[in-house]
Amino acid sequence: MSSEEAPGSSESDVTSMSYEDTELTLGLPGEGRSSAVIPALKCSAKRGFIETFDLNLGRCCNTSWGHRHSDKHVNESGAGKPPATKAQAVGWPPVRSYRQKAINESSKLYVKVAVDGAPYLRKVNLEHYSNYQDLMKDLDNLFTCFTIRNSNMEESKLMDVAKGMEYVPTYEDKDGDWMLVGDVPWKMFIECCKRIRLMKSSEAAVLALAPKASTPKCPSPS
Amino acid sequence: MFWGNRKTLKMNYFPDEVLEHVFDFISSHKDRNSVSLVCKSWYKIERYSRQRVFIGNCYSISPERLIARFPGLKSLTLKGMPHFADFNLVPHDWGGFVYPWIKALAKSRIGLEELRLKRMVVSDESLELLSKSFLNFKSLVLVSCEGFTTDGLAAIAANCRFLRELDLQENEVDDHRGHWLSSFPESCTSLVSLNFACLKGEINLGAIERLVARSPNLKSLRLNRAVPFDTLQKLLMQAPQLVDLGTGNFVHDPSSEAYNKLKSAIQRCKSIRSLSGFLEVAPHCMSAIYPICANLTFLNLSYAPGLHGNDLTKLIQHCRKLQRLWILDCIGDKGLGVVASTCKELQELRVFPSDLIGAGNAAVTEEGLVHISAGCPKLNSLLYFCQQMTNAALITVAKNCPNFIRFRLCILDPQKPDPVTNQALDEGFGAIVQSCKGLKRLSLSGLLTDQVFLYIGMYAEQLEMLSIAFAGDSDKGMLYVLNGCKKLRKLEIRDCPFGNEALLEDVGKYETMRSLWMSSCEVTLGGCKTLAEKMPSLSVEIINEIEQMEFSLDDMQKVEKMYLYRTLVGHRKDAPEFVWIL
Repeated sequence: MSSEEAPGSSESDVTSMSYEDTELTLGLPGEGRSSAVIPALKCSAKRGFIETFDLNLGRCCNTSWGHRHSDKHVNESGAGKPPATKAQAVGWPPVRSYRQKAINESSKLYVKVAVDGAPYLRKVNLEHYSNYQDLMKDLDNLFTCFTIRNSNMEESKLMDVAKGMEYVPTYEDKDGDWMLVGDVPWKMFIECCKRIRLMKSSEAAVLALAPKASTPKCPSPS
Repeated sequence: MFWGNRKTLKMNYFPDEVLEHVFDFISSHKDRNSVSLVCKSWYKIERYSRQRVFIGNCYSISPERLIARFPGLKSLTLKGMPHFADFNLVPHDWGGFVYPWIKALAKSRIGLEELRLKRMVVSDESLELLSKSFLNFKSLVLVSCEGFTTDGLAAIAANCRFLRELDLQENEVDDHRGHWLSSFPESCTSLVSLNFACLKGEINLGAIERLVARSPNLKSLRLNRAVPFDTLQKLLMQAPQLVDLGTGNFVHDPSSEAYNKLKSAIQRCKSIRSLSGFLEVAPHCMSAIYPICANLTFLNLSYAPGLHGNDLTKLIQHCRKLQRLWILDCIGDKGLGVVASTCKELQELRVFPSDLIGAGNAAVTEEGLVHISAGCPKLNSLLYFCQQMTNAALITVAKNCPNFIRFRLCILDPQKPDPVTNQALDEGFGAIVQSCKGLKRLSLSGLLTDQVFLYIGMYAEQLEMLSIAFAGDSDKGMLYVLNGCKKLRKLEIRDCPFGNEALLEDVGKYETMRSLWMSSCEVTLGGCKTLAEKMPSLSVEIINEIEQMEFSLDDMQKVEKMYLYRTLVGHRKDAPEFVWIL
């Protein structure tokens, strides 16, 4: 899989390799009706499934259930799988592969953008951008009362020129954690970003997310 | 002359032409099939006058026999792969090739005018042969097919001089980009319906504009993603008579000139009743279509994930006459509440999942469905993907909507119980089958025991198609269904503990059905062999995974996928290596 990745920095190769293990793919594009197995899904919110499934295996009073599923490809559902990953059965949910592809390919990457103090949120389509700079430029346009303070991207902060307040771009990832925008390669970012929040610097500092003056974070320009 | 008693005046007194004229009024396939069974004379008259034939399984009969029986055939509908092929459960190349049919029809004297295919493999070669063999060919409808490219479409466009309908729904097409539309000759002015929404590639915008401009009878136009907003406006200006519109790219700036132009173009389209597409869309764009919402009877927003909650509800509030609505679950339960209070004429609702990863975003629950059932008493067809369901909700829905013909519920998390009581959903589905006496199609999900199948066997008297996944405790479950549902035609089962005992108890039953699919169940090779031996009129196929190269001949081995169907022509000759026909 990594041979298909666009050449990037060595940093992105390393991180993308380990990320690939937990990355969801609903079957490779163009695969049509082959019986590809869907890799395990990383979703901590659904730990209950495996327990439920195990319970039902017991209820079925049918010992051969276990044998079928344990023989299968490692990522299929079955007893004894670590609870951290929710396995997903082939062909479930029963959505036509045409529709699955259409939904996957289309803009599932719309994320909400909130700015502390602004009366309403906006939505941006992360697919429209190819790097952090473009995203920041667009956020600048959306929230016109703010401007990007630093053009060489040493520090990704927005600044409310009028009020003299600084904003730090943060995002919520799939695990529900709030992260600083810019740490991970762009491709990884757009896949795990669920929403963006431009946090007031003061608040960010309290939450120890804002970079200290001595160690500015450099977002990878990939 | 035979006078007889008035009460027993025989229909055979009438000359054939009269009977034929009477039969003309009988259009349903079922009824015509029944007519042909009455007596030899009726069989003969019926077969010569039959113009439309529906074949639900292309392997149940051969093209030669079709041609021999119905020389007057004009319209043929064929279905190929089993339903579960939609969900990647059937390998590529399993079968369902249309070429032999077209070849045989081309050789005959049949004047084919219409061909409708579902889940079949259609090659460019077949399309080309089709386009050249039937002078009067008018209508091609391909649903969920694969195997062709835009070159095949170009052949259809170029050669079918009287083409009225080219309808491509959700096909996997290899798009060679753009020139197939230019293959419609200037003389082609007969188009009534053109749907190419599923094509991924660029098209020649000038070609589509000219084509629409010279098609005064065009009633249905569904564009693909590559057609931009301003082209749409030009097309609408040329075709204000449209009844069915599928937009392509619908992203635009509401303050732009293009937006205003589109708004005025759309306002002239007073006949639009059906709207779909929005393959690329942003929320602020939808106000352009408000002028036509009041008359819409069908709205399909299920490919528009860019629209959420409020955008959707604002739009739907304009659509008071909706009868069919297809949306994504981002509408949410509250949004469904708005649908319920606005769309009193609603008959069909499909709510598709927008988030297939299951990250728990913006889905719907039992609440939304209950709202709908309370507000839309005419509801008779449902496809509902949801996070969860309760027995109480299903019981309420059953009470509110006794008219369901199709009820398909998919709880995204397999085997999920009622979250309130932690019980199986047997009672809920039981209420549905008991209340909905006309139910023909049912799909189950969630945690289910044998009990639900007892209910289905007892109450679902009109049931024709049943889909089961991750359900049941024992063979009893399947037996309840097989014994109880007299009208069952298609049964498809995956990941259920049903085995040989259930499979073999009443082998004659399968002759009354079109097909049975069982995958990841308890059925063994030995069981399938026994069935095949006892029922030579069935074709019992074992489909092997590619990895199972050492598929042993051990009768005790569980069969991964079995597909059996009745057939009049024995085992098919085109099965690939991984399919073993017993």
